[in-house]
Amino acid sequence: MSELHDWSERLKRGAVSRREFMGRAAALGASTVAISTMLKSADAFAAETPKKGGVLRLGLAGGSTTDSVDVTSYNDSVMIDVSHGLFNGLVEWGEDGKPHPELAESFEPKNGAKDWIFNLRKGVKFSNGQAFTADDAVYSLNLHRGDTKSGAAGPMKVVADVKKLDKNQIQVSLSGPDADFPYTLTDYHLLMIPDGFKDWAKPVGTGAFTLEKFDPGVRIALKKRPDYWKEGRGWLDGADVTVINDASARLNALISGQVDAINRVDHKAVALLSKTPKIEVVRAPGGWFAIMAMMTDKEPYSNPDIRLALKYAVDREQIVKALFSGYGSLGNDHPIPRTDPYFNSELPQRKHDPEKAAFHFKKAGIADPKVILQASDGAFSGAVDMATLFQADAAKAGVRVDVKKEPGDGYFDNVWLKGPFVASYWGGRPAATQMLAVAFAANAPWNETHWKNEKFEKLLNDARGETDEAKRKAYIWEMQAMLNEQSGALIPAFRDWLDAHNSKVGGHTPHGGFDMDNGMILDKAWLKS
Amino acid sequence: MGRLILHRSVLGVLTLLAASALIFIGTEILPGDLASAILQNSATPENLAKLRLDLGLDRPAIVRYLAWLFGALRGDFGHSLANGRDVLEEIAPRFGNTMFLAAYAAVVAVPLAVGLGLAAAIRQGGVFDRLVNVVTLMTISVPEYFLAYLLIKYVAVELGWFPSLANVSSDTPFADRLYYAFLPMLTLTLVIVAHMMRMTRASVLAVMASPYIEMAILKGLTKTRIVIRHALPNALAPIISVIALNLAYLIVGVVVVETVFVYPGLGQLMVDEVSKHDVPVVQACGLIFAAAFIALNMVADILSILSNPRLRQPR
Repeated sequence: MSELHDWSERLKRGAVSRREFMGRAAALGASTVAISTMLKSADAFAAETPKKGGVLRLGLAGGSTTDSVDVTSYNDSVMIDVSHGLFNGLVEWGEDGKPHPELAESFEPKNGAKDWIFNLRKGVKFSNGQAFTADDAVYSLNLHRGDTKSGAAGPMKVVADVKKLDKNQIQVSLSGPDADFPYTLTDYHLLMIPDGFKDWAKPVGTGAFTLEKFDPGVRIALKKRPDYWKEGRGWLDGADVTVINDASARLNALISGQVDAINRVDHKAVALLSKTPKIEVVRAPGGWFAIMAMMTDKEPYSNPDIRLALKYAVDREQIVKALFSGYGSLGNDHPIPRTDPYFNSELPQRKHDPEKAAFHFKKAGIADPKVILQASDGAFSGAVDMATLFQADAAKAGVRVDVKKEPGDGYFDNVWLKGPFVASYWGGRPAATQMLAVAFAANAPWNETHWKNEKFEKLLNDARGETDEAKRKAYIWEMQAMLNEQSGALIPAFRDWLDAHNSKVGGHTPHGGFDMDNGMILDKAWLKS
Repeated sequence: MGRLILHRSVLGVLTLLAASALIFIGTEILPGDLASAILQNSATPENLAKLRLDLGLDRPAIVRYLAWLFGALRGDFGHSLANGRDVLEEIAPRFGNTMFLAAYAAVVAVPLAVGLGLAAAIRQGGVFDRLVNVVTLMTISVPEYFLAYLLIKYVAVELGWFPSLANVSSDTPFADRLYYAFLPMLTLTLVIVAHMMRMTRASVLAVMASPYIEMAILKGLTKTRIVIRHALPNALAPIISVIALNLAYLIVGVVVVETVFVYPGLGQLMVDEVSKHDVPVVQACGLIFAAAFIALNMVADILSILSNPRLRQPR
């Protein structure tokens, strides 16, 4: 029977065809039942084991004619997905929520997490044959520092210096300790390119693919690189990305088989889609949340009872249902999602309580306060619905809220960070301390609630400098409790990422960071035969 | 005759100039600018200021407008603010796609509409006349995106005859283009046929009431011959203007159809660039749309004049 076993192994590897296998097995005297069992097991095996070859066709929202391969310019799915096929970062944010070595083989903190040493992988070559070294890493990181238009300029502000220690080692020095700094390097802008590289029309990277065709906002084609360095990744022969910004068109393209996978499935269509055979929906709970931000230094929101009244007034369950058809989870007025290892699971969930809302509203003692919520679907699709639902909820508690609908164009320029009570969203951050720092540190430029609290500042600094897990957890939990009780952040709901693919696609895993496996789909996915 | 054409052309250029100013003002009064549109909520005051300076947004609006206008006169539409590509280079393939779809739809729709209109006029009041009227009125009354979705649901998803994605590219062979663009073409045809068909029918019937047609009837000619040889030539002027209007719509008004079928035409490009405040590209698109509209109407005017002897030789 050992020769038969040998043949069945070959079948699993795809070294022989099914027809050939059946012939051989029959010749070796195997029964029909045995053969069919072996064929089935080979099929199941093929479903789980990555296979080389094939061109993956993606239909993606989030592309525009203004897209460029320039790593500093990315702001949406299409370029994030494409760039992670062309380039690699130093650190990868795994689907387990942890930082994993990528082009940095290992990393360690020094000097109380104020300096970080990154040991770069040896023997990695760019697509032009040049070896990847410390000079390339230093150049690539510095592109996002100082005088730059990069979207990663904010997170990279903490970096005081990047220097080469030797050919395969760099040191990043920070202005203050940050035990979570490797997470910062998982930002999708921070990709490695050769030292001094500028010619974005002909990108050179270390990724699994090279650029074949680039028609921004329409179609992008990638071709496999024969010598990709990463173990267990880069299965595809190529990728064909079609930009489909219209949600129904995207869905139609998937159902009629013109693309293999799509991002941002309309949540209202998920129930219909799951009835369609051969289509699977990939649901990933993550860090994206909606927020109604009150400035804690502006009337009437400077009164803590007004803030509490509004927080109790909102019906969170209804918002998750109405806005996301249930594909989301309740927010608890702090920005840390359930998927985060530092999520405070013991903090009681704030519920819709009109009586408590009325109580705090009365306690505030302000006669006829002007509560005007500015909202626009330019913030996110559904923001105006959220505001209107909130208005109705608040009315039940006797609180009058006026909704002011703003133009979507220029919303983040003219309304966000300017109005005292504004509907907006956050895409989430890999590390809890980063999320807390970017939106709630006293000096953060995007501190939309004008939250300034000395105890919070101290906790945040302690958490960032602390490497002891138990202490970090205690600090981060306390910060969540403080925001929940005192801040101006009314965070009603977190939204899940919804992708979908047909049964040919494997390795398309849910990731809490962003859609399409946090942009890693081309690196990770494979096609079944 | 020549003077008349010259007169129309000068008027056309003046209209175009006015249109360009309107487009510019329109893009100026939108809230926010390109820099904030690009950076969205990853904007910090520093990277905003840097990007604005890079893009030349610090110059006053009137200076930017005049610079652009004189550049456009020399055939230089400048560079896209967002990605630095030459505007003409960016627009050319999109414009080609738009023209292809427009021509495809026109070649099918115009003969179909005029033919149906004539047939309906010949059998005025009959079953065929009523049927054509009702069906075309239905297709024009349904919003075009709904019509598009119906076609996708039945023709693309259930029957699988034609693709729902019409993402043609510059290297797509002609025959494949016809195949990929079939559903968008069909949608557009269904939308424009009713207008042209009804105008053909109405203007032919209007002429049919005149004494010289009565004369033809008394001569014993067949109805078909009367309609085609005697009535149609005198009914042409209004039909031509309606056809021109619909051709203009095929070029400038198909944004929705382009979006639903993911067809990379000029309309989709313009919507994209408006939301990014990429003024040079928006201006160039706007100007092309305005030029197409004005040119088609001018041609319709001139053709109407040529088709009418009384206008051809003014006393």
